[in-house]
Amino acid sequence: MKLNTEYIEKLAKIINDNGLTEISVDDGEEAITIRKDAPEVISVAAPAQAVPAPAVSASAPAEKEEVQKPVQKGKTITSPMVGTFYASSSPDAEPFVEVGSEVKEGDVVCIIEAMKLMNEIKSEHTGKITQICVKNGDPIEYGQVLMYVE
Amino acid sequence: MFKRVLIANRGEIAVRVIRACRELGIPTVAVYSEADANSLHVRLATDAFCIGPAPSVDSYLSIPAIVSTALTTGCDAIHPGYGFLSERAEFAEICDMHGIKFIGPSAESMRKMGDKATARKTMIENNVPVTPGTGIIKSVKELKEFANQVSYPIILKATAGGGGKGMRIVRNDDELESNLNLCRQEADKFFGNPNVYAEKYLENPRHIEVQIIGDSHGNVIHLGERDCSIQRRHQKLLEEAPSPAIDEETRREMGAAAIRAAKAINYEGAGTCEFLLDHDGKWYFMEMNTRVQVEHCVTEMISQVDIVREQILVASGEKLSHSQDEILLRGHAIECRINAEDPDNDFMPCPGKIDGYFAPGGFGIRVDSHVYPGYTIPPYYDSMIGKLICWGENRKQARRRMYQALKEYVITGIKTTIPFHQSIIEDEVFKSGEFNTGFIEDFYERKNKEG
Repeated sequence: MKLNTEYIEKLAKIINDNGLTEISVDDGEEAITIRKDAPEVISVAAPAQAVPAPAVSASAPAEKEEVQKPVQKGKTITSPMVGTFYASSSPDAEPFVEVGSEVKEGDVVCIIEAMKLMNEIKSEHTGKITQICVKNGDPIEYGQVLMYVE
Repeated sequence: MFKRVLIANRGEIAVRVIRACRELGIPTVAVYSEADANSLHVRLATDAFCIGPAPSVDSYLSIPAIVSTALTTGCDAIHPGYGFLSERAEFAEICDMHGIKFIGPSAESMRKMGDKATARKTMIENNVPVTPGTGIIKSVKELKEFANQVSYPIILKATAGGGGKGMRIVRNDDELESNLNLCRQEADKFFGNPNVYAEKYLENPRHIEVQIIGDSHGNVIHLGERDCSIQRRHQKLLEEAPSPAIDEETRREMGAAAIRAAKAINYEGAGTCEFLLDHDGKWYFMEMNTRVQVEHCVTEMISQVDIVREQILVASGEKLSHSQDEILLRGHAIECRINAEDPDNDFMPCPGKIDGYFAPGGFGIRVDSHVYPGYTIPPYYDSMIGKLICWGENRKQARRRMYQALKEYVITGIKTTIPFHQSIIEDEVFKSGEFNTGFIEDFYERKNKEG
């Protein structure tokens, strides 16, 4: 390889085109590493779908109301209704669950408030909460992924 | 003016309302079921919320889901469109309770007109002609007396019904009791109210309806009539304004009657008074629709009044944009409802993916539709995919424009009723303007004789 700006630009393009963070080339004589300060590897969280994070993943364009978080393996707890998410039963109470909490099927994991009525949302799965995708006060739509359980 | 409006509907009317809001500079929130994620109204709105699974009862008819969405997104008004919750008084009340303006009449107005027996009574009190009829029927004897007094045929109707449902025609004394019982049972099943009343049944009348708009300052105007006689199984297929059967004097009388009716119930917003025109020229009040209607477009074309815009303005407290004197009805407009149905197969609904889509254009051509190439029509809702409206200086010109526009209109991948509309537009009886609600039946009889 010839270490010139043209070559470096080519490598940089490869990084960008494929959403990579780093590329290393070593031909025995010369070595070059180009690293890009990339944000966290991100993927659009698809409702009711658990996708293992691949080694290299392309950054997906932002959707209107999608939450961008590292996608974890696990089963989903989705919202059965429209409303506002609350992690605990009242502002000064402890949250029902946190990342790492053990839950059984039927345990209350959060509240969705609709028209001044507090609705307890129960876990559909047994396991450990691996991720909570929403925060207190977020507006929630039908079918939106609230948490992952493994 | 409202700061954010939620549109509690889908399809072409949701698009229509979103456009009117955009023109007024109001941000919009669309609601959609899982089956409508790719629908046009979702893309056009400022924001969109999924409110439930495909079945309407769990989504577009879910009052909690819709009101919750309005509250969490900070909407101060909801436009209900037509169908769905647009004529549900309790929905209007719930909006009111939560400080959300329901763009339409009050729950009270809706109830007065929604209960058909009460509506008739209100009309009688206000000198609006009604078909000879009864109040809620208490006995078979009472019904028999009435039937023989006005002479058969008579029609039994559910007081809580509408939209052509829960009705039975009775032609003689022998059929009377059994039909009354069945009608009561159906009324209870469909509308939750077994009360039934009777009217003299007019054979193949013309269906003439008058558009009115009222504001919160006591002003009510009418925008002329529409002729909606071309119906198949009580579903309108084609509408036009003005009616070929109505002269200037009758128009004035009907308009005045519709305004009296609206003022009697303090009506606010857009509404329609439906009348039946008998063969002898007499006309009678049938029912009032307390919402914007599918066919509002033909009235817009001849009056140059944006009815949906007016709905939003009056709901926000503004006075009507025009006085009755300022309303000038010009020309003639015809609307064809384009449905995803197979006219050669008993109008079976054909949901599916639209491959090619090319809409007609030009002067006097208007297309109100929510479909686009690649769009998949979901099977859960009604089959109307768009409306083609043509305006002309007179009926002949409107008809010829419609003829050309239908020829240009191409939708592939699904079956549509475009070819069916083409045959109606060219039909001699339709051309003459002399038809009534028996048109479609007669049309098929003539076609079968030819073929």
